[in-house]
Amino acid sequence: MTIKGKAYLVGAYEHPTRKAADRSVAQLHAEVAQGALADAGLSKEDVDGYFCAGDAPGLGPLSMVDYMGLKVRQVDSTETGGSSYLIHVAHAAEAIAAGKCDVALVTLAGRPRSEGSSGTQPRVWGANLPDAPFEAPYGLVTANSYAMVAARHMHEFGTTSEQLAWVKVAASHHARHNPHAMLREVVTVKDVLDSPMIADPLHRLDCCVVSDGGGAVIVARPEVAKRLKRPRVRLLGAGESPKGQNGGRLSLTTSGAARSGKAAFEEAGVKPADIRYASIYDSFTITVVVQLEDLGFCEKGKGGRFVADGNLISGSGRLPFNTDGGGLCNNHPGNRGGMTKVIEAVRQLRGEAHPAVQVKDCALALAQGTGGQLGTRHASATLILERE
Amino acid sequence: MRKIPPPAVNAENQPFFEAAARGVLYVKFCNGCGSFHHYPRAICPFCASDRTEWREARGTGTIYACSVLRRGGPEPYCIAYVTLDEGVSMLTNIVDCDLDALKIGRKVKVVFKPTDGGPPVPMFTPAE
Repeated sequence: MTIKGKAYLVGAYEHPTRKAADRSVAQLHAEVAQGALADAGLSKEDVDGYFCAGDAPGLGPLSMVDYMGLKVRQVDSTETGGSSYLIHVAHAAEAIAAGKCDVALVTLAGRPRSEGSSGTQPRVWGANLPDAPFEAPYGLVTANSYAMVAARHMHEFGTTSEQLAWVKVAASHHARHNPHAMLREVVTVKDVLDSPMIADPLHRLDCCVVSDGGGAVIVARPEVAKRLKRPRVRLLGAGESPKGQNGGRLSLTTSGAARSGKAAFEEAGVKPADIRYASIYDSFTITVVVQLEDLGFCEKGKGGRFVADGNLISGSGRLPFNTDGGGLCNNHPGNRGGMTKVIEAVRQLRGEAHPAVQVKDCALALAQGTGGQLGTRHASATLILERE
Repeated sequence: MRKIPPPAVNAENQPFFEAAARGVLYVKFCNGCGSFHHYPRAICPFCASDRTEWREARGTGTIYACSVLRRGGPEPYCIAYVTLDEGVSMLTNIVDCDLDALKIGRKVKVVFKPTDGGPPVPMFTPAE
């Protein structure tokens, strides 16, 4: 069975807040749900499937379905960190194809900024984690985990800090057009290199923002999509792949995107060269470089050269990416960037991105997520979407 | 000095930390497929055999990747993956040296450092 053409993204909404001191997490989930339903032209009564991840309070769907007063016949709380929401879209399509639901709501929300979260502090995932006794004593945090990937990539392939900086520069060129973006100032390669070193070789401007907020998407069966008055965005292919330390046979410079991307491209029946716009998970600049290689946009090891000289800037570069400003400049709600990756891909395919960054005739887009940490274990998820 | 959080010792990993307290680095070996793995499991992650056993590692290796975290704590520290001579890589810290001079590929040897209320943990320092 394939999900190709079996489901459409009919609603998408990004919460405008970047600091939600006056809201609860559950409230943010409900607000983004309202936003996505309104965007689709649907109501709460139409929703019969609900998908959420670990950012949802309590027992995930159990708590949130009750809080929002949903009446659903399908739930899924697959948790793979920031890539969860891409996997939810794929699983929603599977559920729709199997006749288990017609209209699936996927929500994400969080308040890490209000709650003082930082990429230089350890995050605690609870007792009984098998890996934690061998990692927590060493001060593993988000920033130094990704920094080891960058250091190894530089060692193996000669990637430079200047090349990584270009990823941030491109994101900033897009963010200046986004009134909701946290960082709207255009930066240069020199600005990135002059920003404080956080974890060698990653500078402060190699890191994404920490923001409150959230987002939601609605996935629906073709019959539903066809009666709505919105441009139609169809799911063509999806792939998911966890990757870890492989029992100590480590390879930090390849991500799960090598497998999730291949699966998604095969299901969609398209090639990287066909993609007009790409949302690429950008927790750090290095995250983008590794995924672009693994997805096949360039050869392994040549990602640094690929992103340099503005190649990711919409309007001038070969592969416009993260035209909302991405996690690097716009928004990384709940420390999870996957939802916003899907949302901006939908905007591009609908022709509803900001006119300054809208890709002309954007018919085919890719959204790529990476949850967890590239430096230890992560789950990659890839979606390929088409404007019908 | 950074306070080193104690490892959460459980029934499966206890021998590793008891060995560390004696100044010995253990690595898990699987008699089913003849290979080492890390972090240690009761059941081999490669072949799923439960015929795994603790072996004393030589305690030497090379830096596979490293990064000095310079923000967020009282002082910089170096996190690293060290590839042991046995062939598996382990997450660790590189200590007792000039952190700015560390490079991937450098030979290192194990040292044991006390944690805040728990057993000591293996770290590494340049061998030469």
